[in-house]
Amino acid sequence: MRLTPDEQAMLDGRDGAAVQRAMDLLMRYGDALGAERLIDTRNVCGTISATTPFMRQFAARKGGMDAVFSEFNLDSDDVVEIPKAKVYSSHLQLGFDPHEPERMGLDEQTVQFYRQGEGYIAGHGVQLANTCTPYQVGNVPTRGEHCAWMESSAVVYCNSVLGARTNTEGRESTGAAMLTGKIPYWGFHVEANRRGTHLIELDLDLESTFDWGLLGYWVGDRVQEKVPVIHAGSGLTHVPNLQRLKHFGAAASSSGGVELYHLVGVTPEANTLEQAFGRKEPMQVLRYGAAERRATWEKLNATAESSAIDYVMLGCPHYSIEQIWEVTQLLEGRKVHPGCEVWIFTPRAIKALADRNGYTKIIEDAGARLMTDSCSAMSRAVPKGTRVAAFDSAKQAHYLPAILGVQAWFGTTAQCIDAACAGRWLGALE
Amino acid sequence: MSATMNDTKTIVLKGRKVVGGIAEGEALVTRDRVSGWGGIDSRTGTIVETRHELRGVSFAGKVLVFPGAKGSSGWSNAFHLTRSMGVAPAAMLFNEMTTKIALGAVVTRAPAVTDFDRDPLTVIETGDWVKVDGDRGIVEVTKRNPRPA
Repeated sequence: MRLTPDEQAMLDGRDGAAVQRAMDLLMRYGDALGAERLIDTRNVCGTISATTPFMRQFAARKGGMDAVFSEFNLDSDDVVEIPKAKVYSSHLQLGFDPHEPERMGLDEQTVQFYRQGEGYIAGHGVQLANTCTPYQVGNVPTRGEHCAWMESSAVVYCNSVLGARTNTEGRESTGAAMLTGKIPYWGFHVEANRRGTHLIELDLDLESTFDWGLLGYWVGDRVQEKVPVIHAGSGLTHVPNLQRLKHFGAAASSSGGVELYHLVGVTPEANTLEQAFGRKEPMQVLRYGAAERRATWEKLNATAESSAIDYVMLGCPHYSIEQIWEVTQLLEGRKVHPGCEVWIFTPRAIKALADRNGYTKIIEDAGARLMTDSCSAMSRAVPKGTRVAAFDSAKQAHYLPAILGVQAWFGTTAQCIDAACAGRWLGALE
Repeated sequence: MSATMNDTKTIVLKGRKVVGGIAEGEALVTRDRVSGWGGIDSRTGTIVETRHELRGVSFAGKVLVFPGAKGSSGWSNAFHLTRSMGVAPAAMLFNEMTTKIALGAVVTRAPAVTDFDRDPLTVIETGDWVKVDGDRGIVEVTKRNPRPA
């Protein structure tokens, strides 16, 4: 690793112990990657919270949140005083929604510690966005901007839809980036690594968010961590919007490790097929049609045995205001079945808008809840006694059976709302 | 003892340092990529992913030999926690470099090597005794069940 004089001064301790530890970690990390240098970033998304019982005990035992940051955000052997973030930093989703202690099974002490943690986060100049979708609440990097983001669904959106540049960072590297404004120049920061590897030819006309989620889940499974290029021979009839690409990317980064994809004619580095691949030939050409679509739907519903639905979770990744508006249209004037609960997750900033729009009231009047900060996979919290759950997110249907052992149904948002009101899954692949 | 000695055969692999240090232990080999968050139990060092071939098996104190990392960006933190809990692998040997695995190996602080001259997945089998010199990128494998020459 070659350092600039400024970086060397940080490593030598010019800016204090915490920045020194951060540079030391970035050096070890860069060497491990085989990177030759660091790159400047002014946009970091990470987590510095302590919401699990282990982390809370660690904080209590070792000297508070600075101890948590020193160990789990800087990999430092000793506890150092943590200064404010040097560059614009946003906090990702956390371990629970502090406004819903009863539903999420939290005691008073846990909520109190969370409030203290929030004070620490904001006090260190990190935005309390508390969402896996920073790009939905104003953090929208520009094309070519170097970022240091973690959260796989956000990384793939940042790279692919926005054309900004980030690798999948982790808790420690984003902590170090917050204090230094540096990250290893490697992987998707490098222009030459951003070309497509696999060509996906669409034999179907995709319209719904559900269908984009299915395609994402299939693509991720097939290409793993490579760079797929999605192409519709006769052009896309329906250009996918934010929520569709959000669900597509989240699914592709769950079944596989997709961090960057190109959608020909839509995403910024793929005006044409030629641009998407550069001078490279695709390693493989794959076709997605009705048979692949059905097989993917069956795979996502493989754990589902009972049609008696206990729980419907929406908002993975966190819902946009458009999706909340759609849910109010589906829910207004109806009632959630007494044997079922509906939790919908969204960033706090979007919930504030939903409150003003009257959407929160419509949702609550129907017996559902609009929640923030977290989700069931992060919190490991579901309504008491949940055996069977329904999702409109392939990502959540992928993770929750593994994490909590629940049966999962995957369907459209409308099918999820119908199931919530009937207490029974009625959905089929249309 | 001498009979055992005669049965053993040592193979040396050369690779590139990811994390320095020296460690040895029994090999735990998988052809499946390993997930961090949601894929391992950091309290026990056990793989918990539903369809993983090592589901229920702990890598604590073992030399973990695997293709690479997959899944959530919580990979590094999940492995970092195995060190905090005292159940980290003794060393890590892998083929596919990603940011997840690089950062995860660094914060696990176990010696780690990649970019081998021969594929460790074909050379090393579960149960072999493996010595790892992370700084020099040298891995010495003593076969538990040597194949006839």
